[in-house]
Amino acid sequence: MLFKVTEDVLDPRELEKELDKPENGAVVTFQGVVRDNSRGRTVSYLEYDAYAPMATKVMAQIAEEIRAKWPVTDIGIWHRTGRLEIGEASLLVVVTSGHRKEAFEACHHCVDRIKEIVPVWKKEVWDNGESWVEGDVMVADRDACAEETPAKPKRKRLTKEEKMKVDHEAFLRSAISSAFLT
Amino acid sequence: MRVHTRFFASARDAVGTRELDLEVPADTTAGALLDRLISDYPKLAGHAKTLRMAVNEAYTDLSHPLNEGDEVALIPPVSGG
Repeated sequence: MLFKVTEDVLDPRELEKELDKPENGAVVTFQGVVRDNSRGRTVSYLEYDAYAPMATKVMAQIAEEIRAKWPVTDIGIWHRTGRLEIGEASLLVVVTSGHRKEAFEACHHCVDRIKEIVPVWKKEVWDNGESWVEGDVMVADRDACAEETPAKPKRKRLTKEEKMKVDHEAFLRSAISSAFLT
Repeated sequence: MRVHTRFFASARDAVGTRELDLEVPADTTAGALLDRLISDYPKLAGHAKTLRMAVNEAYTDLSHPLNEGDEVALIPPVSGG
């Protein structure tokens, strides 16, 4: 299976084997690994959640996007969910091609896009607490900040609907348009 | 009509459940459903500006009209990898 969300331990050799073809001259494998620190905190372990059926569809869309830009043979993307200990692989991306340049570039781009649009979330668990990470934001820090800082009146307030529309459209431009319209 | 809603990460914590079946008026859009959820679950309000919507496993616009049996997901900013 080229695109997969699983609770099982990820084995890079297994995914590389799935992509094995005689015309390949390059196999680039990326492993995202659980790090023991994040923004000054010591991480005990991570918990990943995913919207699995959609995540595999978005992985396939990213692969199509890559094929439109680089002459690669195959792209495989596996993401693990559940509890992951320090040093365990959370993400595998394998890109194969005739020559190394396109495989390196496509793999780099692939990991960036996964982090932008594949519906997977990590929760950091520390000695003294835990928080979902959403985009670049630690949710626990954001909530604490919202409680401490009284809302200030803004010069021009958008209505809730306007604000949501603006944010949503900006997101769709980056997530959807670049994938399908360019 | 009936739609199935799914929640992830902080949105799931705010609602307190992973999934809900909801009865909504026939002409409901994804955005109108989000408004309804925010009013039913005020804790979602703090997340509203960063939440995205997906209908039947694809990102969609808030103006997207819903149909009977649609699966609608609230998608906070993702953090995989």
